[in-house]
Amino acid sequence: MFYYLALAAALFAIGLFGVLTRRNVIGILMSLELMFNAANINFVAFNKYIATDALVGQMFAIFIVVVAAAEAVVGLAIVLLIYRNWRGIGMDNVNVMKW
Amino acid sequence: MTEHSYLIALLPLLSFLIVVFFLRWKEMLSAVFSIAMILVSWVISIIVLIETLARHGEPYEAYYKFIDLVGFVPEIGILIDPLAAVMLLVVTTVGASVEIYSVGYMHGDPRFSRFFAYLSLFLFSMLGLVLANNFFMIFIFWELVGLTSYLLIGFWFEKVSAADACQKAFITTRIGDLGFLVGLFLIAVYAGTFNYGGVFDSISAGAIPAGIVTLIAIFVFCGAVGKSAQFPLHVWLPDAMEGPTPVSALIHAATMVAAGVYLVARAMTVFVGSAEASLVVAVIGLITSFMAATIALVQNDIKRVLAYSTVSQLGYMMMALGLYGYDSAMGHHSPGFYAGTFHLMTHAFFKGLLFLAAGSIIHAIHTNNIQEMGGLFSKLKLTAPAFIIASLSIAGIFPLSGFWSKDEIVAAASHHPVFLVFTLLIAFMTAFYMFRLCFLTFFGEPRDKEKYEHAHESPKTMTYPLVFLAFLAIFAGWVGLPWLQSGFASFVYHGEPYHPHANWLLMIISTVMAVSGIGLAYLMYYKKSISADRVAEKFKPLYTLLYNKYYFDELYDAVLIRPVLAFGRLMWRFDGSVIDGLVNGTAWATVLWADMKQWFDKWIVDGAVNGSGWIVRQSGNIGRFLQTGRVQSYAFFALLLVVLVSLFKLEVGPQEREAGWPVLTILLAVGIIFLAILSRTIGRQPAGQETKQEEHV
Repeated sequence: MFYYLALAAALFAIGLFGVLTRRNVIGILMSLELMFNAANINFVAFNKYIATDALVGQMFAIFIVVVAAAEAVVGLAIVLLIYRNWRGIGMDNVNVMKW
Repeated sequence: MTEHSYLIALLPLLSFLIVVFFLRWKEMLSAVFSIAMILVSWVISIIVLIETLARHGEPYEAYYKFIDLVGFVPEIGILIDPLAAVMLLVVTTVGASVEIYSVGYMHGDPRFSRFFAYLSLFLFSMLGLVLANNFFMIFIFWELVGLTSYLLIGFWFEKVSAADACQKAFITTRIGDLGFLVGLFLIAVYAGTFNYGGVFDSISAGAIPAGIVTLIAIFVFCGAVGKSAQFPLHVWLPDAMEGPTPVSALIHAATMVAAGVYLVARAMTVFVGSAEASLVVAVIGLITSFMAATIALVQNDIKRVLAYSTVSQLGYMMMALGLYGYDSAMGHHSPGFYAGTFHLMTHAFFKGLLFLAAGSIIHAIHTNNIQEMGGLFSKLKLTAPAFIIASLSIAGIFPLSGFWSKDEIVAAASHHPVFLVFTLLIAFMTAFYMFRLCFLTFFGEPRDKEKYEHAHESPKTMTYPLVFLAFLAIFAGWVGLPWLQSGFASFVYHGEPYHPHANWLLMIISTVMAVSGIGLAYLMYYKKSISADRVAEKFKPLYTLLYNKYYFDELYDAVLIRPVLAFGRLMWRFDGSVIDGLVNGTAWATVLWADMKQWFDKWIVDGAVNGSGWIVRQSGNIGRFLQTGRVQSYAFFALLLVVLVSLFKLEVGPQEREAGWPVLTILLAVGIIFLAILSRTIGRQPAGQETKQEEHV
């Protein structure tokens, strides 16, 4: 189980790093997918080793995949709007929330 | 009609109110209305007198309770006895004559209507005083008379002398009124009532200690001294000549000064109860009479001579009343009461006539100084005879009214040698100064040609009252002829009716005195066989003393007025330095305190407020750099927090965790501030790129 969790943690950390450091919006979205998948691996792993008979972990993983797909749609729509407004998809430009 | 006699007083009041509120701008109408009212009063008083005669002098009294205090009930009411009935008629008669006369005298005065309003108010006060049935009410009207006399004497208040005179009159009489008030308090305390009958009964019954009766009598007499201008409060009356002449006539003849004599006559039972007080009254009367007569000898202002003559005659009446009180207290029978009241009546008529005639003379020649007159007899065909008739009357020449009343006063004094000598001496002086006036005014060569040329007889409204009063000055005294069985003496009396008998010796002596006075005046001022100047030269110190009225005004000035003024000035200084200093000091201290508070407010309170604002602003200045506007940095902060919290949760157990929250909070705050400072340094670069990018766009 340690390996599963280690893989998920590594994946999560990579995704997190990507989210925090990528300047490309598409890159951020992709890193987010990595983090989702890290969570999925955790669910599946816990399901297998802790609640063997139940399928709750698998079910949740599938839900997350679905939600991630929907999220990707919304995210890409936002990316499109960002591109239209700023003529680029660099995240540095998107600082309108600044004081 | 007697039960409606209150109308006599109320009608003039009505006239006052109507004139003041409705007729002020209609001069003739206000005069006519006032005169009509006083004439109605006059008619009523005649009827009242007739009814009183028909009742054989039985007093009529009606009253209602004014204030019902337990055991002490001041009343408002009327008392019609012979004395009041006679006084009512005298007052209304002289009042009506004066009002009619004023139509001519005051013609063209800018305050014509107001004059009639004041006259009406004055008559109301005097008539109310006469009608009153208790000491409480008489005092109210007493003060009203004082007030209205103040208004009338100061009627021409533009003249400084008139304004001064009215104040002098008011303040001087006020001194006497204070005594009167004390007397009233004593009456209230010891008699328990103000009603005349009640007070007199308790005195007659001996319910009040003799010493207190004397005190009451003296204090009540104080009021009479002020009002009737007796020594030593006589100084106001000659100055009161500054008022219009009709006012002088009214004040001197029938009203104000008569009030004092009336009060003494009214309260005679009190004086009979105390021989000492009566003696004081008689002596004061004699001193006043003698002093005023001597002053009148040398004065040159026609009205002033008449004023001092009034003071002298009032002294006469006071003396007669005082002697009556003294004699009665000693158990003797005396004509004093009847003489005093009788003289009060006859004097009202001939003195009113004298003043009105003097007013007519002044109206004709526009001067008060008899040295500028002379030879006016041919010019003033009506005024001059009237004046001479009045002079004969006051001098006591048979058979004019003054003769009969003066004769009774001499009779009253006949049992007291000192009084008798002085009375006769005064009679002599009276005759002398009156005929000095007559000769200087009407006979001889005119001393001021120009004024003489312009002299003219007065209009009819002025001369008719003169004729009417001249008639009374001759015949009014005949009601008191000593041969009449039911004359004045058996009508107006106190205690037992007095039956006068003709005392031929006294009559002859007093006539001789009067005639010799007139004769001396004739020699000095008509024939000029005795030079008046040489006599004055010979008795220079005496003449100067008399001419300056015994220096009474100067004495009062030095003894009373100057110290009072000096004291006033001292108080003014005190006020200016100490009181004002205190007030200003308080203000200064307040301002200083306010300044201190302002400083505190500005620097401490505002400092606290602005300081907190400043702190918030500065922390905002630091904190705003957290708001980079970039989602990634926000996410980074969130991550850091999560890391911190999980670290904390992992490191410490549940027990320490409870206590550890503050530490964690501080840690968080430090971390946020650190991040803010960090991101501030980071945030600069993107801002620079932003501007570059915008340049590109």
